Amino acid sequence: MPTARSTPASNGERIALKSLSRVSMGDFHTGVIDRVRGGARIAALFGQARGDGTARLFAVLADGAAGTLPLLSTDVIKEYPALTPECPQAHGFEREIAEQCGVTPQGHPWLKPIRFHAPVVRGATNFLRVEGEEIHEVAVGPVHAGIIEPGHFRFQCHGENVLHLEVALGYQHRGLERALVGGPNKRTIHYMETLAGDTSVGHATAYCQAVEALTDCQVPARAQALRGVALELERLANHTGDLGALAGDVGYLPAASFCGRIRGDFLNMTVLLCGSRFGRGFVRPGGVGFEVDDTRVAQLLERIEQALRDVTVATHLLWSTSSVRARFENVGTVSRKICNDLGLIGLAARACGVERDVRQEFPFGIYRFFQVPISTFHTGDVFARAYVRWLEIQRSVAFVRDQLKTLPGGSILAEAKSPVASAMVVSLVEGWRGEICHVAMTDEHGKFSHYKIVDPSFHNWIGLAMAMRDQQVSDFPLCNKSFNLSYCGHDL
Amino acid sequence: MLRATLARFQQGYRTIPFPKVEPAMPDRFRGRPAIEREKCPVGCRDCAEACPTNAIMIDNQSLRLDLGRCLFCTDCVEACPEQAIRYTPEFRMSTNKREDLVMTGQTLELAKALANKTRRLFGRSLKLRQVSAGGCNGCEADVNVLNTIVFDLGRFGVQFVASPRHADGLLITGPVTENMKSALQNTYDAVPSPKIVIAVGACAIAGGPYFNHPEVHNGADSILPVDLYVPGCPPHPLTILDGLLRLLGRMETRASLAVSSD
Repeated sequence: MPTARSTPASNGERIALKSLSRVSMGDFHTGVIDRVRGGARIAALFGQARGDGTARLFAVLADGAAGTLPLLSTDVIKEYPALTPECPQAHGFEREIAEQCGVTPQGHPWLKPIRFHAPVVRGATNFLRVEGEEIHEVAVGPVHAGIIEPGHFRFQCHGENVLHLEVALGYQHRGLERALVGGPNKRTIHYMETLAGDTSVGHATAYCQAVEALTDCQVPARAQALRGVALELERLANHTGDLGALAGDVGYLPAASFCGRIRGDFLNMTVLLCGSRFGRGFVRPGGVGFEVDDTRVAQLLERIEQALRDVTVATHLLWSTSSVRARFENVGTVSRKICNDLGLIGLAARACGVERDVRQEFPFGIYRFFQVPISTFHTGDVFARAYVRWLEIQRSVAFVRDQLKTLPGGSILAEAKSPVASAMVVSLVEGWRGEICHVAMTDEHGKFSHYKIVDPSFHNWIGLAMAMRDQQVSDFPLCNKSFNLSYCGHDL
Repeated sequence: MLRATLARFQQGYRTIPFPKVEPAMPDRFRGRPAIEREKCPVGCRDCAEACPTNAIMIDNQSLRLDLGRCLFCTDCVEACPEQAIRYTPEFRMSTNKREDLVMTGQTLELAKALANKTRRLFGRSLKLRQVSAGGCNGCEADVNVLNTIVFDLGRFGVQFVASPRHADGLLITGPVTENMKSALQNTYDAVPSPKIVIAVGACAIAGGPYFNHPEVHNGADSILPVDLYVPGCPPHPLTILDGLLRLLGRMETRASLAVSSD
C-alpha cells in the first residue's frame, strides 16, 4: 500500500497551499504508481514552471473506493524519471508537463508535443510508423468532412486493417489556461462556458465549485438542485444527439432524424431555464443566474416526458434493427484492462463495465443528497457506448423529474467574495463525457496563480486509438462518434 | 420496417415553416440587444466595464455596441443601474460588413443579397465547406442543427459538403487559432472561385472571449475576405439560417429593421 505521504482532500475542499505535502521525487514516483496500482486513477498531473528549468509537479489521484483525492507534490530540476512506463495513464499528462514546463520526463516512450504551443513548430515531429512492404498510411484532417472540430488522425494500415492510430491534436489551442492566471475576472466565467461549448454547464459548474470553495460561499439548496437539472439536461441533449449521429454513421436514417430533432427539444428546455441552448449564463459563482418559477417547472416537466417518449421510440428502433446491431456490436472494442490501465473515464469507461462516475464516487452539489445510479454495460464496443447513453438518458430524466417535483425554496444566488490567498482546491464534476477536473491555486493576493483544467477527452482520446486497433479504416467515423470527444476541451 | 413506419407517425412532422411563418422565440431568448440611452445616468460606464469582451464602447456622449464582439451574456444587463439594456426577441442580426455590426442607434443594416452574378450562381444551390478554427463546438453544433428535420436546410438548396473542391464557399467558426491558420488558408485556396466566406459566431467575427490572445487571430477576416457575419455566442440556428437566406436573396423584404418595441 502507499507509503508516500499525501495530502488527503475531497471534492471541492479548500486546502492551504502550505499544508500541501511536498515529497522527494522518488516518493512522488512511488506514491503515484502505488496508488494507481491500488485502484486509484490519475485525475490530474501537471507542472508549474518556476524558471531556470525547475518545475513543481502536482498529482491529483482519484481514489473512487475511498471517495478521496490524495494530493502529491514534488520539485524537479530539468528532468525526472517518467511515470508512464509503469503507469501508462500518465502518458498525456507527462507530454503536457514537458511542453508546458520544459522539464523532461526521462524514459517516456512517446515524448512529443501535445498541443504545439509556441515556440514548438507543428510538423516538427514524426508519427509512429509501422514499416513493411504492404503497409500504408492514411492521413485525415485537421479539416474533416463533417461539421466538427479539427484534429489530425494518422492510421498505419495493412489493407483495410488498422494496426495503429495516432491522434494528433492542438489545432484548437486558444491559450486558455494561461489566460486564467491572474483571475478571476470578468472574462473567467465566459472562458469556462466556451472551453468546450457542448459542456458549458459542466465546466461552469466545476469552475463555480472551485471558486465557491475558495471564497467560503455556501450555495443555496435551490441553486444546487437547478444546477443538477441543467447538468442532466446537457447530458440528455448530447447523449440523444450522439445516438442519432451513431445511427447516421451506420446509414439508419429514421433514428438519425428523430434523435437529431429530440436533441433540440432538450436544448430548448435549457433555453426555457436561461435563454441559451447551451446553458450560457445559468451557472454562476454562488448559485444560478435565473429563477425558475412554477409555470416554468410545469412546462419543463411536460416537455421532458414528451421528449422521453420520443427518444424511447427512436432508440428502440436502434436496438431492434438487426442491421444496426450488426454494425454496432463487436466494433471498436476496448477491454476492461485497457480501460483501467489507460485511466479511461466517463461513459467510455462505463461501457467497459467499469463503475466510474463522479456523481457516485465524489458526490458534489445536489448529488450529495440525490443519487443517480451508475449505468454500465460490459462489452466495451460501439454498442456498449450507445447503450450506456440510453441507460443514462432514462436515469437523467428520472433525476430531473424528481428534482423539479421537489425543488427546495429559498434564494438562487449567494454572494461570492474574493478568493482566499495561497489556497488550492480540486473540483470534480461528472459532465456528459465523464469526469471534469479543475484545480485552482491562488497566490498571496487571492488571484489564480495556476488553473489546471482536465477535460474528460484528455483521458479518453487514447481510448479511441485503442478501439481502432485491428478494425477497418472505414469504421473510424463510427468509432469516433461512439466516443464523441472534445477537441477544444483537450487543446484548451 | 413496420416499426420504423409506425415510429415515423409517432414522431410527427417537425419541420418549422420558417421563413414563411414568423417563429415565436422563447421568452428568455437573448436576441438583438436594445439600449435606451435616455435612461443612462451622466458619465455612467457600468455596462462598458462589465462587458467581458469590451463590446460596449462609451466615449463622450456616444455609446456603440459591437454585436460582433457581444457574447449575448447578461453581464451588462445586471450591471446597469437603470435597466436601460435589455435583450429583444429579434434573432435577425447578420450583416455583410463588419462595421455594420457596430450599433450606434436602434437600427441595424441587415445583410443584403450577393451581387447579381454570384447570386445567379449560388442563389438556388449553395455548397459550403465548414471549417472550425478554434471553435468551441457551440457554433458548430448550431450550424449542424440546420441539417436536422427541424430546419431542413436542404429545402433551400444549401448543403454542407465534405471537400472544399466541391464547395462554393466556407463557413468559418472559431477565432482562427495560430495552429489552424494555415489549414484554413489552404482550405480557402482549394475552393474554386468565385467563392464566399461566412463567419459564424463572436469568435469567428472578432475573437470572442479569446480576442487578443497571442494564440488566436481575432477572427476570420484577419486572413480572409468575409461576405456574411452572423453574430452570437453561439448564434441561434435561426439567426444563421436567416443570414444564409438573406445572402442568397431569399429574404428580400425587411432589409433593415428597427428594434421591436416589445
